[in-house]
Amino acid sequence: MCFLDNESLVLCYEIPGGDFTRAGEASSNVKRTLTQLGVRSDIVKRASIAMYEAELNAVIHANGGIARVEIDSKRITINIRDSGPGIADVELAMKEGYTTAPDAIREMGFGAGMGLPNMKKYSDRLIIDTEVGKGTSVTIEIDIK
Amino acid sequence: MQNYFHSVTLSEDDCKGCTNCIKRCPTEAIRVRKSKARIIKERCIDCGECIRVCPYHAKKAITDPLDIINKYKYKIALPPPAFYGQFTLNYSRRKILTALKLIGFDEVFEVALGAELVTEATKIFMKKGGYKKPVISSACPAVVRLIQVRFPDLIDNVLRIRSPMEVAAQIAKERAQKLYGFKKEEICTVFITPCAAKVTSIKAPYEKKESSVDGAVSIKDVYLKMIEALKDEKTFENLEHAGTKGIRWAIPGGESSALDIANYIAVDGIHNVIKIFEEIENERLTNVEFVEALACTGGCLGGPLTVQNPYLSRRILKDIMNAADKKISAENISENISIINNMVKKDYDDYLWTGNIEHRPIMKLDDDFRIAIKKMEALEKLYQQLPGLDCGACGAPSCRALAEDIVRGNANETDCIFKLRERVRDLAMQMAELEAKMPPVLDKDSGKNSK
Repeated sequence: MCFLDNESLVLCYEIPGGDFTRAGEASSNVKRTLTQLGVRSDIVKRASIAMYEAELNAVIHANGGIARVEIDSKRITINIRDSGPGIADVELAMKEGYTTAPDAIREMGFGAGMGLPNMKKYSDRLIIDTEVGKGTSVTIEIDIK
Repeated sequence: MQNYFHSVTLSEDDCKGCTNCIKRCPTEAIRVRKSKARIIKERCIDCGECIRVCPYHAKKAITDPLDIINKYKYKIALPPPAFYGQFTLNYSRRKILTALKLIGFDEVFEVALGAELVTEATKIFMKKGGYKKPVISSACPAVVRLIQVRFPDLIDNVLRIRSPMEVAAQIAKERAQKLYGFKKEEICTVFITPCAAKVTSIKAPYEKKESSVDGAVSIKDVYLKMIEALKDEKTFENLEHAGTKGIRWAIPGGESSALDIANYIAVDGIHNVIKIFEEIENERLTNVEFVEALACTGGCLGGPLTVQNPYLSRRILKDIMNAADKKISAENISENISIINNMVKKDYDDYLWTGNIEHRPIMKLDDDFRIAIKKMEALEKLYQQLPGLDCGACGAPSCRALAEDIVRGNANETDCIFKLRERVRDLAMQMAELEAKMPPVLDKDSGKNSK
């Protein structure tokens, strides 16, 4: 879904749970959209990698979620929210290498524990809103220019 | 707007306006307009996929005819290693190179030897370190153009060392000037090309301002003359100088395996190259040192202007490499390598590009961000309304591409035959409604019930 809100473009995607090999479709679409809007390629790269990490998290841990991306001339705001298990200890989760991914996922090469740290590295602001048993909402903000 | 030279062209008489080429183009550079395929110049990378896939042979590569050599006093042939795989198993490399002289060239300089020099220069570059990982080979011009158009983030990864063809051409020319006293304009260096992209790299070079190669004749155009010349069983000249490391460049993985690094990936086929580049852009290949990417499946042996089946070519080339190994003893090989090594160490800087490559921003919808956003919204809305069949009947490769074309002002919604059918149905329904309501004057059927 896509609509205009004032001067900003809003894109919404459903992130299907279960199939982690499909994870990345939403961030891939956003990457293409940003390129077509003429956003500088290094900013496009940061946005797509950060969003990919959040998308993958939603699939691996929360059985899917909803992504809402807002783009205006000043910044890109990516929000991915799910109704998954929530994050018990956010500070611990931000540590490189720490992961709660199940063994099966880790055996396939995912769950290296770099998701949240990477999101922080590539974004200008990262806001995590989470409640155990209820779900998680991650907001990534990247400034244009 | 820059003037883009392309060696890939269309012969309109043969084009049927079918959907084969528009669907295969890796940069969605082709549209069917006025019943003929049209190539969008800014998007075309000269990879030759369309040449390969056109069932009516309407797509062609512009190459030079062999008789351009007649304008020059001293004619040098530059055969790529892929050339050796074009003939049957009966002909040795010596026979093939000799035959090139028999068809009109004065000298033959193996591009494979240029490749060995480039390998040594690359080794020096990799040892120096400080490069952005992974290093992406610049040997395939179509891949370099692909990066300019679709993967601008990887421009800094491209290895800025000159191609074997250019290195060979420059050395051959300088040698001829020194040894025989010819003037530069009297010498021609002609590349016997397996593909369109190499032709473009000569006419519109990016490594430096001007190419050292004077012309490109396609393998197809010399093939019959070569077959005739190969029948001459008596003439033999000792013309082989390149070893197996240079010859192997024609096979995917050949360039990389010569480098003595374990951590490399070799990809062939333009769509496979695109997948790997997407992985690199998303930082999922962080440990790889070197990427060899070739636009054609099978490497240069699979080029669109080759004659032989690429799998048979590979078999033939392996025989030629075995013969090369046997002929030269181990001592000679290491002596040759150290001679080459010293040549390159001395003149390392000569192997570096003096030109540069820039991003070609073809994807931008508009230079004004605000207008681009409005166009983007219109594009998404249009896309939702299109059937999503990617059938190509509208002349665009996909429904999404049509939506983009409409938003750019290059197409109409009714180009989509499904949308057109919907409109026809709506019109038909309106007409049926009109037909059901006759004006009282003509309304004869319900005579009893009318007032």
